[in-house]
Amino acid sequence: MDRLQEKLSILADAAKYDVSCSSSGSKRKNKGGIGDASTSGICHTYTEDGRCVSLLKILLTNHCIYDCAFCVSRKSNDIKRAAFTVEEVVELTINFYRRNYIEGLFLSSGIFKNADYTMERLLRIVKKLRLEQRYNGYIHLKTIPGASDELIKEAGLYVDRMSINLEMPTDVGLKLVAPEKNHDSVRKPLDFVNQTIQHLKDEKKIFKKVPAFVPAGQSTQMVVGATPENDLQIMNVANEFYHKYKLKRVYYSGYIPINNQNSTLPVIGSTPPLVRENRLYQTDWLLRFYGFNVTELLNDQHQNLDLEIDPKLSWALRNPHYFPVDINTADYQAIIRVPGIGRGSALKIVKARKFGKLHTAQLQRMGIAYNRAKYFIRCSDTAHVVGFTDFDLLTRQFKLNGKKELSNSPLQLSLF
Amino acid sequence: MTYLYDGTYEGFLTCIFETFERKVYKANVAERSTFVHSMFEESVEVITDNKKCMRVRKGLEAKVGKIEANNCWRVFLFEESETINLLFNLILRIFTEGGSVLSNFGDKDVLNYHQTLKKVNRERHRMQAFIRFQKTKDGMYFALIEPDFNVLPLLINFFKNRYTDQKWLIYDVKRKYGMMYDKVDVSEVTLSENQTSDLNEEEAITLEDEELYYQGLWKQYFKSTNIVQRKNMKLHLRHVPKRYWKYLIEKQ
Repeated sequence: MDRLQEKLSILADAAKYDVSCSSSGSKRKNKGGIGDASTSGICHTYTEDGRCVSLLKILLTNHCIYDCAFCVSRKSNDIKRAAFTVEEVVELTINFYRRNYIEGLFLSSGIFKNADYTMERLLRIVKKLRLEQRYNGYIHLKTIPGASDELIKEAGLYVDRMSINLEMPTDVGLKLVAPEKNHDSVRKPLDFVNQTIQHLKDEKKIFKKVPAFVPAGQSTQMVVGATPENDLQIMNVANEFYHKYKLKRVYYSGYIPINNQNSTLPVIGSTPPLVRENRLYQTDWLLRFYGFNVTELLNDQHQNLDLEIDPKLSWALRNPHYFPVDINTADYQAIIRVPGIGRGSALKIVKARKFGKLHTAQLQRMGIAYNRAKYFIRCSDTAHVVGFTDFDLLTRQFKLNGKKELSNSPLQLSLF
Repeated sequence: MTYLYDGTYEGFLTCIFETFERKVYKANVAERSTFVHSMFEESVEVITDNKKCMRVRKGLEAKVGKIEANNCWRVFLFEESETINLLFNLILRIFTEGGSVLSNFGDKDVLNYHQTLKKVNRERHRMQAFIRFQKTKDGMYFALIEPDFNVLPLLINFFKNRYTDQKWLIYDVKRKYGMMYDKVDVSEVTLSENQTSDLNEEEAITLEDEELYYQGLWKQYFKSTNIVQRKNMKLHLRHVPKRYWKYLIEKQ
């Protein structure tokens, strides 16, 4: 293995716990050089864990002055250390990009010396790509907490997305595993970048041309299952950050144990909470695209998401008074709340019913999950049932079926 | 009535024109080269005519808009004769019933049209993702593909905008034609049988010295960015079906 390949293996391995792989949301055009950004984003391949590979996701270095217990690059961890040169990162990015392996670069780094020193190195790579290589592909850059506003602002002019991770969902949780860190150091730069984005948006109304500044917006990530926060706490934090800092995405990362020295963290070898992570993403989607409020899905009576059934189904089963929804008369917002019907199908339904009343068979063809939806809807040929659907029985039935499906998968067996 | 055409979209649109001229609406289309004549059914040869084709194209755009008219072409690229006939009848309906017929998702044919469009678009998107260029000694980046549907024409603008400053060639091995970009224009290329089989033999093409080095680095990256504790082959296979592995460097 030559030296560059070894560096790549170390620094890709260290960067992989950052789950963001998004390459969407930017419309950077190619101005005679190489590359452009595809609005929809492209996943160029998928690893054996089923995760998308869109960007070359690497650390500039895994040397770090911090000792965060949950992080593989923590100072006290006995691992191989490496650092790319600026040229190496540029060469790798361009050569991978030209062969259509990637949509762009995701660049992060351990903190060496101090925040500004690290940020300045990252900025140098980004500028070299944009100015010398005339590269217009996607760049996702980590904002280094504590870096100066000037450096952050300059970086924002060259990259498509910036992000800083909250790591643990609450400050209390973070203190348990990373005493040197706090949420304020994340909020401050997120706020600064957001203010700048909003400011330029306002200027755009007055001036013809304003510079593109972080066009694909900001994101953050929370580690789930390392510290004891419940789902209600997690989603409240996510919701707050979506609104306060106008984030494009919040990522949830099921903790993969990598540290046996810290007694508060799950031990190495315990299964990462993959089902829970999935349920959090589903909830996130319901909040952003389906018009749900956090309190409908999670509240003091219901602080954690069901693992056996998805959050929309769980909400529906707890709210029988909302159903049945009449497919032929209900509005779009009501139809997307039906378990088994997504936004695409709901749109088809609303368009199709203008041509005549919809029957069950038509709905089934449209691709809705009919076996789930049938308890919650009425079509023009649905027979009138006397009495109510027994939702308690239905809940038990769904949970039982859910478990049956789950127990087929060896990965999830240990959960129960 | 069966209209026999040359297999091109222009020929197909000419058939639509002929249908309205002859006023025989209970009709089919079939590719001339593969059509088997039958004693009981009338068939007629349709000569591709640019003027007629343009009139249908314009008319279609007026009925359903530019984007949806372009979508009709995409559905045509699905290539299967049953689907092309479905499209044929649907376009006739667009002209007689109006463009809104396309939003009648409760109608089997309309739904089928949209589902086919989705399949073609997905295949196009997959090619945008899965194409892997290899750099040759003379600075040409080339890639071989075998897409399920004839999506190569849908890829030209995407790759032209993206790789403006590099020469590239994308060759559809299944349909035996390719598209080549010379930093100015894109042109269609066809290779003889021998040349095609050469493309599959590595020694026939002289790769640039660093090509295998970067392939190795890419494989290394693919391995290192995987999280073993999260292994999920079912999901992996759903996203990267086996039939695409042949040309994916990281899967070799």
